[in-house]
Amino acid sequence: MGNEQKENSNKYSIIIPTYNERLNIALLVYLIFKHLPNVNFEIIVVDDGSPDGTQDIVKQLQSVYGEDRIPLRARPTKLGLGTAYIHGLKHASGNFVVIMDADLSHHPKYLPNFIKKQMETGADIVTGTRYVKGGGVHGWNLMRKLTSRGANVLAQTLLWPGVSDLTGSFRLYRKSVLEDVIGSCVSKGYVFQMEMIVRTTRKGYNIAEVPITFVDRVYGSSKLGGSEIVEYLKGLIYLLLTT
Amino acid sequence: MKHILKILALLVAISAFWIGLLQASVIPESYTWLLPLYFIVSLGCYGVLMVGVGLMQFPTCPQEALLLHQDILEARDFLKNKGVDVGSN
Repeated sequence: MGNEQKENSNKYSIIIPTYNERLNIALLVYLIFKHLPNVNFEIIVVDDGSPDGTQDIVKQLQSVYGEDRIPLRARPTKLGLGTAYIHGLKHASGNFVVIMDADLSHHPKYLPNFIKKQMETGADIVTGTRYVKGGGVHGWNLMRKLTSRGANVLAQTLLWPGVSDLTGSFRLYRKSVLEDVIGSCVSKGYVFQMEMIVRTTRKGYNIAEVPITFVDRVYGSSKLGGSEIVEYLKGLIYLLLTT
Repeated sequence: MKHILKILALLVAISAFWIGLLQASVIPESYTWLLPLYFIVSLGCYGVLMVGVGLMQFPTCPQEALLLHQDILEARDFLKNKGVDVGSN
């Protein structure tokens, strides 16, 4: 690539659902601003009435970075991830939307890679994948890795999704594409993320991948017990039959 | 076309091929009758192999935890100076 920065006239709306992320949201906002110095973006925080004062921190961040850069679009109670994205979408002024986790398991340093990949390929969606060379996971024990790998092989065999990381939630969408797909997704939790990417594959949208690293910050509380596995299998069958 | 229809079409094609083999008697019948079983077992073995290989090659990134820790320190420092409350959770 030459020295000249390609003119990027796009605006990126980064939607971050939060619940009790008082400290992480501040760190995340700092890192996003650090890694996107010449990009037109906004950070839409969709907070579900966090009791720990997350919204107060967002207001403090607004006075540092500007209220127009970090619109706070709160909701009264915990209402779920899918509706949080829909809510954020309604207020997004960009032509591209980024979704990412608030707990720093997704690092903003990959945002330029997402943007570059999209501009190079013209893709409708760029999804972060943890399972290729250049990507990776930290903080998972052997059992967790085994479950993840088994789940992935099963999903690949049944669904032919066209992406290597189905349950990842670090993605860049063309706003019109996200709007098109999100309305037809009814699942919850990580099955929701699977449903989103599978529906975009079925609709023939152009999907590109970038490697990302994932540092699991939820030490132990993201347990994968029997009920999670059952939910996952039910979700797989639902996607097999309805997409 | 819905994905499930693609899979069903594939299964129908494989079944038609199998029935064709039974009719044509190119291969001894006792063997042909067992082909579906062999197919399912091979599929299962392939799946287990993919899981095993994937597990061995599972990409890890221990250095990322350290880098993240450094980023957090840098962020806390900057934000504290700007008046944002970054005391412990």
